[in-house]
Amino acid sequence: MIKLDGVSKKFATGTFGLSEINLAIDKGEFVFLVGATGSGKTTLFRILIRDLVPSEGKVRVGDLDVSTLPKSKLTTLRKMIGVVFQDLKLLNDRTIFENVVLPLDVSGETGLGAAEKVEKILRKVGIFEHKDKFPVQLSGGELQRTAIARALVLSPQIILADEPTGNLDAATSWEIVKILSDINKEGTTVIMATHNTDIVKSMDMRTIHIDRGKIVKDENIKHVVIKEKEKDEKGENKDDKEVKEKGEGKKE
Amino acid sequence: MKFFSTAWRNIRRSPYQALSAVLIMSLTFLVISFFVFLLVGSSKIINFFESKPQVTAFFKNDATQQQINGLQNELSTSGEIASIKFVSKDEALKIYKEQNKDDPLLLDLVTADVLPASFEISAVKIEDLAGISETLKKSPIVSEVIYQRDVVSALTSWTNAIRQIGLALIILLSAVSVFIMVTIIGVKISRKKPDIEIMKLIGATSWYIRWPFIIEGVTYGAIGAIIGWTISVGVLLYTTPFLESFLKGIPVLPVSLLSLLGLLAFELLLASLLGILSSYLAVLRYLKT
Repeated sequence: MIKLDGVSKKFATGTFGLSEINLAIDKGEFVFLVGATGSGKTTLFRILIRDLVPSEGKVRVGDLDVSTLPKSKLTTLRKMIGVVFQDLKLLNDRTIFENVVLPLDVSGETGLGAAEKVEKILRKVGIFEHKDKFPVQLSGGELQRTAIARALVLSPQIILADEPTGNLDAATSWEIVKILSDINKEGTTVIMATHNTDIVKSMDMRTIHIDRGKIVKDENIKHVVIKEKEKDEKGENKDDKEVKEKGEGKKE
Repeated sequence: MKFFSTAWRNIRRSPYQALSAVLIMSLTFLVISFFVFLLVGSSKIINFFESKPQVTAFFKNDATQQQINGLQNELSTSGEIASIKFVSKDEALKIYKEQNKDDPLLLDLVTADVLPASFEISAVKIEDLAGISETLKKSPIVSEVIYQRDVVSALTSWTNAIRQIGLALIILLSAVSVFIMVTIIGVKISRKKPDIEIMKLIGATSWYIRWPFIIEGVTYGAIGAIIGWTISVGVLLYTTPFLESFLKGIPVLPVSLLSLLGLLAFELLLASLLGILSSYLAVLRYLKT
């Protein structure tokens, strides 16, 4: 689904945002991206949606070669990826409904069908009753839900959530993570950048640690389905299954 | 439809900028309307004078019909004459009576004997008038020759001057309104840059972002054209009675409703083109997508 080969990003100031990143994320994975502020998490997201062009390396998202993607295909890429931005990027002069319907409108989906889709998503994230309000009238958690709803409305294959729990209290943070987890269970690949170690530990999902633009640790990679599939194809899993079954038998 | 509502939202959110754009467009189209009226009016006046006999030759009282016929044959065979009409003393009296029907005193004093018979002549080419006039003056039966070349040429040169000044003013005002509109829409684009950035990040194409600004420009142009046209037509209708008495006998006024609607359609088209041009220039200048 997502593959980065030797990706580096050097900014005009001479500093490296990312350095030699090699990464593969499969369809349906839930991945935490952990690292200090300025470690390169947002840069990685911006490269994935081609808001930044990598200085070196190759980036693939689905069938698209993002590093050499022509401008004409940019819309296709951005419809594949729903982004929950760190600063939310909601339009303050539009209502919650208008903000969420925007991606549908941009892709030419209008009318009753679009309205029904938006209402369904708003109910799903729990802010339907606020649909006619403006962003300034909502709390932090509600705004975060709006941003998630907007990212979801086009049913993207991938969701990138940049610090979606950043300024929220613990209870609201968990609600947001629950929404993202539910989306993931429906088959959407979710990559969530966060500082919140409690959430990361509790969720027990694949966790990629980034420090100064480099991947320093890739934990819980056992969740990578592709590796399991490869093992199945090679018959390597047969022995594992037997061991597992024996273990379970012992437990019983 | 969505583009229209976005454009309308943009207009409502900055009413003073919208007002400036509409005012400059109104001024431009007010001037355009007045110059169109002036040009059409002066053309009609020239046509009126051109359709009149260009040379009138009055005969002496002792001129015989044979001599008059001889002169008519001489002129007709020259190939320079488009039409020649003989006006007898009786016909001259009829014309005189018609022109002075409101003044019985003048009617009582004049009889057919007092008025001379005449030729009303139109030339094929206006430059032949001088030659025809000379031929007539040399004829022993002609007492006086009047020709309107001077009136028509003076009017033509005035009309040409008006046309050139008008055209220059229209081009200047159109350019000024385009520059002002580019600036106004450019400011709006600059102010909406964060929103535009968000739209691009969620997959909006360049044209999705451009269309509302183009529609906005066309709206300013169209409203300006309607206001300019309405004021100019109002002024024209108000002054029609005065102008009619001033241009006594010259069929310039009233202007037909169809012509006025034709002018409005032309101005709306021009306004749309100016609006599209201004918005497109602003989009190219301020919206690098």
